[in-house]
Order: sequence, then C-alpha cells, then structure tokens
Amino acid sequence: MAPLAGAPTQALPEHPEFLWRNPEPKKSYDVVIVGAGGHGLATAYYLAKNHGITNVAVLERGWLAGGNMARNTAIIRSNYLWDESAAIYEHSLKLWEGLPDELEYDFLFSQRGVMNLAHTLGDVRESVRRVSANRLNGIDAEWLDPKQVKELCPIINIGDDIRYPVMGATYQPRAGIAKHDHVAWAFARKADEYGIDLIQNCEVTGFVKEGDRVVGVETNRGTINAGRVGLCAAGHSSVLATLAGVELPVQSHPLQALVSELHLPVHPTVVMSNHVHVYVSQAHKGELVMGAGVDGYTGYGQRGGFHVIEKQMAAAVELFPIFARAHLLRTWGGIVDVTMDASPIMDRTPVDDLFVNCGWGTGGFKATPGSGWAFAHTIATGAPHPLNAPFSLDRFTTGALIDEHGAAGVAH
Amino acid sequence: MILIPCPECGPRDEVEFHYGGQAHVAHPEDPYALTDEEWGRFLFYRENPKGLFAERWVHASGCRTWFNVVRDTATYRIAAVYRLGDPRPVLTGGTP
Repeated sequence: MAPLAGAPTQALPEHPEFLWRNPEPKKSYDVVIVGAGGHGLATAYYLAKNHGITNVAVLERGWLAGGNMARNTAIIRSNYLWDESAAIYEHSLKLWEGLPDELEYDFLFSQRGVMNLAHTLGDVRESVRRVSANRLNGIDAEWLDPKQVKELCPIINIGDDIRYPVMGATYQPRAGIAKHDHVAWAFARKADEYGIDLIQNCEVTGFVKEGDRVVGVETNRGTINAGRVGLCAAGHSSVLATLAGVELPVQSHPLQALVSELHLPVHPTVVMSNHVHVYVSQAHKGELVMGAGVDGYTGYGQRGGFHVIEKQMAAAVELFPIFARAHLLRTWGGIVDVTMDASPIMDRTPVDDLFVNCGWGTGGFKATPGSGWAFAHTIATGAPHPLNAPFSLDRFTTGALIDEHGAAGVAH
Repeated sequence: MILIPCPECGPRDEVEFHYGGQAHVAHPEDPYALTDEEWGRFLFYRENPKGLFAERWVHASGCRTWFNVVRDTATYRIAAVYRLGDPRPVLTGGTP
C-alpha cells in the first residue's frame, strides 16, 4: 500500500470566520463549568439552548479542547448492552445526527458503520446477545458472519490460520466517526454566540464554600463566584473533586492511540476488536487511526507504556496484513477516569450546587452531545434527567451497577 | 516504561509485573458490622492522587513476590520499595 503524501482523501472544511471571544473572567456567573473539553462545551451549549441559562463560564486550565478531546479516536456508536447505557448513548447518537445542521458547522460526521469482531465462542455468544439487546432497544444492529465482515472491509484477514480468527462481528450501520477538534470548535462557537464566556489558561485551584454549599471557585485568575459549579475534567476529575472535599470512585489511567501517515482509502468502516484489542478507522485525510488499551496502573503521564502499543500493533497487523508496510506518524495518550463498572457518573455531589460529570473512561467522545445534554439538565434543574439518573454516585452504595465492561470496548 | 526494583530480583521491566492497586487497604475485620455505605467505600473507593501513591505489585513472571511501591503517578518515579506488612515510609517531594 503506497503512501500518498500530500494527497488527502477528503479535504477538511473551511472554518467559519469567527469562532469565539477570549473574554476576561467576570466576578460572578450563574453556572461555572470546569473543563472546556467536549463534555464541558456541550454542557454549556445545552444550558443555553435547552434551559435559557447563558450567564455561564467554561474554565479551562490549558487551551480549549486540548485534553482528551484532542486525544481520542473519534468513534461514535451506541451498541451498548444494558438498557441504561443504550438509552444515553443512543440519545447521543440521535443528537449527533442533527448536530452538523444545528451547530452550522461541518465536522465531517460520517456514519460509515462500526464492526465489533468476535474471536472466540464466548465472544460470539456475547455479541449475538448484544445484537438482540440493541434491537430490543430500537438500536440498529446486525450479526455478520466472517464473509460478510470481509465484504464490508475487504482488507481484513478472515483466514483461520491466525491465533484468534475472525468468527463474526456485530455491526451498527449508523455508527461512525467525526472530526473531533471540529466538534469541539462547533460547540464552542455556538456557546460563544449565546454569550457564554470560554476562559482558557484559567486553572481551578480550589473551591469557595459556605457550609455544605459551593459558591465559587478559586482560580489562578482570581476568585469567581458561581451559583452552581459543574465538573467536566475527565481524567483529572478526582484530583479536582478532592479540592472540594468530594471523593470519587474513579481511577485514572493513560489510554493510548496512534495514527499512520496518509494512505489512499483502504478502510471503509470502523473495526473494533476487544479480544485481541485494537480498533481502527481511516480518517478523512487518510491516516489510519488506531486505539490501544490503557496502562494497567494508575497514571497521569500522557504517553503510556510502549508494550501496550506493541501488543496493539501485533493485533492490527494480524487482522490487517497490509498495515505491516504502514509507517507510524504519531502516538499520544489521554488520561481517562475509569469506574469499577466501566460506566460514567453524572450526578449531584455531597456538596450542594456542585455537580460532577466523570468516569466516561475510555469512551467519552461518542457521548459528547448526550452527556452535555443530560448534564445541562442536571445542573439547570438540580436533579438528574431519567437518562442519567442511573449513572449516580450512590450506585456504588446500593449496588445498582451498570456493568459495561463487555460493551465499553477497551480492555481495562 | 517503568523499571521496577523487585526486592528479591532487582530492577526488572514492568512487563514482568502485575499491578495490585492501592496498598494498605485492609479487609474489614467484621464485614457484617459495616453499613452499605461503608461496604461500598471498601469495595469501590480508592485513592487516585496525582503524585506519590502507595501501591502493590507482584513480580508475576519472576519470583512471584508481592511487595509495596511508593510511586509518583505523574512522573512515574519510584520513591520507595518495601515489603508487605512494613509501614509506608514517610516521604516528601513528588508531584504536588
């Protein structure tokens, strides 16, 4: 497969002339969102659009969408097993389907389908069960045999002389990818249009409390008063929450991904494999985008262990033999906060007027609009929406866990 | 990639080890005496600091000894290695 330098398969769209202001923080806001990644920006947008709350600041210690939003593999799907997860991710997918028009921004949302491969009899049984569960929840899902897998993605190796042959796959045709940076910028631009202040280089260093109530945040740019505060800090959520005296049941790990140089279009869909652990799509420009697993230990280093990449590449080359000639262009790691049941937490906290949206672990990107939509509801009304009520903090006390290790897609 | 100093075998590559999570988490002496909240905290809540962290490792591909490590989770520098049952050494420094 010959690399084709400088010949993009699809040119990126032009940006609008104006994206957002860079205002100075005001003394006080109705709502302060901490973290200007995808979830934080989407939350701000839906606070304005759905609830008419526009006196809002989104604080970001670095630059806008420079954390996990810049470090993911851009995959969007809703083929989760349990009803609670299926509902929130499918709500998110439906929002995705209308977002390019709604946000008036082309972020290359491409419903090219996602296959989740099965390599063992256990995989097959779990996958067929998941297809049935998806269909019962009104989510598009099909079970494919190896020949059908090959028809959809001709470069895949379905031979039986490899250690874990492809025994079939689940397929969600409406799933796909989007250009992640553009998604963030699209939300940011619309939030700005509503008058929401997006404040970069503004690190939250503490919380101002009156009794059990949060009334503001301390930042490196001074104290900012807030009626309500929402945390959307992904991998650093527990570090932040600890400053407010709130403990969260999450563990932070680096999650790695990489891209190859540009290639002609060879990979028309998205392929994920939990068992041998790799997931691949081809970006619009032509890079092969591949995701690996998380490091097995707690860490905040945004690169991850080399052996994780090595294992992932071995799986990729066995499944896609032509990748053996591809050159690696770039690797990166994002810090993900993982819960014990591989499901997120979107809830109030024991501190009044402090809300948390975290624990999306290895799969937060696909949830961006749905997460923002539900979290905005929670902040605006002071109570979770039925869509995010199951993703509560108290499920770790009641035992009503939502065990999504199977469908979450990344080994952890 | 971390070079982990196994107390029995000396420094070895991290791929020889398995991770055991936070150290010094004692099983409740009388689980029946715990409230649901206390039991939930024992099962699901662990420290997650960006900085020095006491954790357990096992040299799975070597001597199979379990031991404790104090590691900086931001820089991955290992500040101390000590045997199970020994108290956590008092250390300063590390990522704040």
